[in-house]
Amino acid sequence: MRRIRDTNGHGKGSAALAGLEKAPTGIRGLDEISGGGLPRGRTTIVCGGPGCGKTMLGLEFLVRGVEEHGEPGVLLTFEETPEEMTRNVASLGFDLKALSDKKKLFLDFMRIEPSEIHETGDYDLEGLFIRLQHAVDSVGAKRVVLDTLEALFSGFSNMSILRAELRRLFRWLKDRNLTTVVTAEQGDGTLTRHGLEEYVSDCVILLDHRIHDQISTRRLRIVKYRGTKHGADEYPFLIDESGLSVLPVTAATLNHKISRERVSTGIPDLDAMLEGKGYYRGSSILVSGTAGSGKTTLACNFANATCCRGERCLYVGFEESTDQVFRNAASVGIDLNHYVKKGLLFHQAWRPTQYGMEMHLLRIHKMVDTVRPESVILDPVSNLIGSSTQRDVRSMLMRLVDFLKEKGITALLTNLTKGGDHLEATEEQISSLIDTWILLRGVEQSGERNRCLYILKSRGMAHSNQLREFMITNNGIRLLPPYIGAGQVFTGSARLAQEAKDSADALARKQTIERKRGDLQAKRRELEARIENLRAEYAAEEKQMETLIQQAQSVEHRLEMDTREMAGSRQAGASTGKQSKRIGNGAQG
Amino acid sequence: MKTKDKKTKGKSANGSSAAEILELRLYVAGQTPKSLAALANLKRICDEHLKQECRIEVIDLVKHPQLAQGDQILAIPTLVRRVPAPLRKIIGDLSNVERVLVGLDIRGPAGPTAKAETA
Repeated sequence: MRRIRDTNGHGKGSAALAGLEKAPTGIRGLDEISGGGLPRGRTTIVCGGPGCGKTMLGLEFLVRGVEEHGEPGVLLTFEETPEEMTRNVASLGFDLKALSDKKKLFLDFMRIEPSEIHETGDYDLEGLFIRLQHAVDSVGAKRVVLDTLEALFSGFSNMSILRAELRRLFRWLKDRNLTTVVTAEQGDGTLTRHGLEEYVSDCVILLDHRIHDQISTRRLRIVKYRGTKHGADEYPFLIDESGLSVLPVTAATLNHKISRERVSTGIPDLDAMLEGKGYYRGSSILVSGTAGSGKTTLACNFANATCCRGERCLYVGFEESTDQVFRNAASVGIDLNHYVKKGLLFHQAWRPTQYGMEMHLLRIHKMVDTVRPESVILDPVSNLIGSSTQRDVRSMLMRLVDFLKEKGITALLTNLTKGGDHLEATEEQISSLIDTWILLRGVEQSGERNRCLYILKSRGMAHSNQLREFMITNNGIRLLPPYIGAGQVFTGSARLAQEAKDSADALARKQTIERKRGDLQAKRRELEARIENLRAEYAAEEKQMETLIQQAQSVEHRLEMDTREMAGSRQAGASTGKQSKRIGNGAQG
Repeated sequence: MKTKDKKTKGKSANGSSAAEILELRLYVAGQTPKSLAALANLKRICDEHLKQECRIEVIDLVKHPQLAQGDQILAIPTLVRRVPAPLRKIIGDLSNVERVLVGLDIRGPAGPTAKAETA
């Protein structure tokens, strides 16, 4: 709320210079977009088609003026009697009778019955002025609402008199410094059917009531506001049991106070993936995934963790009833019921098609204001799509995330991704709003579907980059470390099979090595045996050879001995030698 | 101006019309030219055109603003025919006699009533 004022800071500054004072309406949101309220002491036209909430706006302006700003008011109605009006707004918590009994509010009904009235000659509307003056005087009014002043046009046929009197009326109101709201029917192509805006040019507010896919959305736009800056957009608003609420579409500035504190996800394994600490407090978390991927279970875990810390959690479900969520949570070992009894968990379930976007947003706003939770869970936001256009949903979520961030509330949103869609595309394109994005996906493999989880992004922390198998067991969620083999992540029984196969392979490899090692040893042994054999053979041969050599040597030795002996014997008969020489000579001769 | 200026005008020429009493209220706001003109015109019409007994009550809303609510007065001057029912309102300074008579639902002197009387 403060942020809107900030955006209108210039407007306020110039207003202070120009002295344009404003009368706060007390209507939620309207004061923010108008920079403080309606122009004080001037007339504002509220125009729109039938049933768009003009009278409600005027009435709330009066009632809040009395209750919150101590400014008594006058309501002149031209269409409904005060009794009817009192009954109509009793359902909104406005007790007009009590206020008029306390002399804080003056109700007057101006009945105009054209069939009763005959005009003859010159007249004026002094009666109206006198009644108005009387009404203002009797309660000391500061605020006036004229509900469908245009009824005058049906009662009086002399347009020149009527227009002159209207001009006089607006002047009269201004002179008395009355902050006035005049309601008027929207004309065809004009703001008001009878051109009231010609007389009043200070502030014109246009209300609109549109139906899209059978769901209605009310919108408010400040068409003009002289002398001040104001929000120029069309702002959705709604009327519920506590009156009107206008919702500023977006915050112009991004200046949330952020927290460095961390909160557990409720799943120790997931905490471990987020630096072992979990989400940042006050951040927005998106859990997206296909049908049956465990989004709600993850959300329940977070709710459980929040309540475990003794903090409050608001869980808004658009898909399952409260009982169903609790039963399903109990099946994975989470008892949420006792937190409800302790007053920590607030579960609300309603159909997304039950209301338009603005009503959803407002209901959540209101619940947040009453419950004051530390965490809010919306499960799933994608279901809202069915109830409005994509742009509306995006705008609503943006405002919601903004709102929660500003309040420092941790928001967990789940989003169902359709089968055909790209997994990382959120239908509402809200990824830019999200701080931590967890993706759950089913992996189909060997005839089964297993869940995988990974963290697509998580701003401001070193998160795990792993794809983990996500197991929902009776005792909660477990994230198994990744099993990677053959360039693939295996899950489920394929994982088991792969694990078995791999260990068998490893065993086989080990056996092979051992066998090879045995072979080698055998070979060595064989070789060594052969070497031994050869050595033995060699030794035997050597021995034999040596024997032979010895024999040969002994033979040689004996021969030598024999020769020497013979030579000795020849020396004894030396002639023998000469004789033989002669024999030789004799032969020559 | 007096708040209640009761004026009874007897024109009991015809017995049946004497039974019809017209109760009229003229709402004015102070002594404005329009108010004065309206009162003068009304008196003249009563004298010249009406045979019934007229009770005229003049209410000044400047003095009694709370009285405006009862008869739902917005325009000034307004002449209200309270009796006989139904309620009829004539706004303006009553300068057009014909329209006033039509508004009061009283046939003028040239109307059938006059003929019936002569007959």
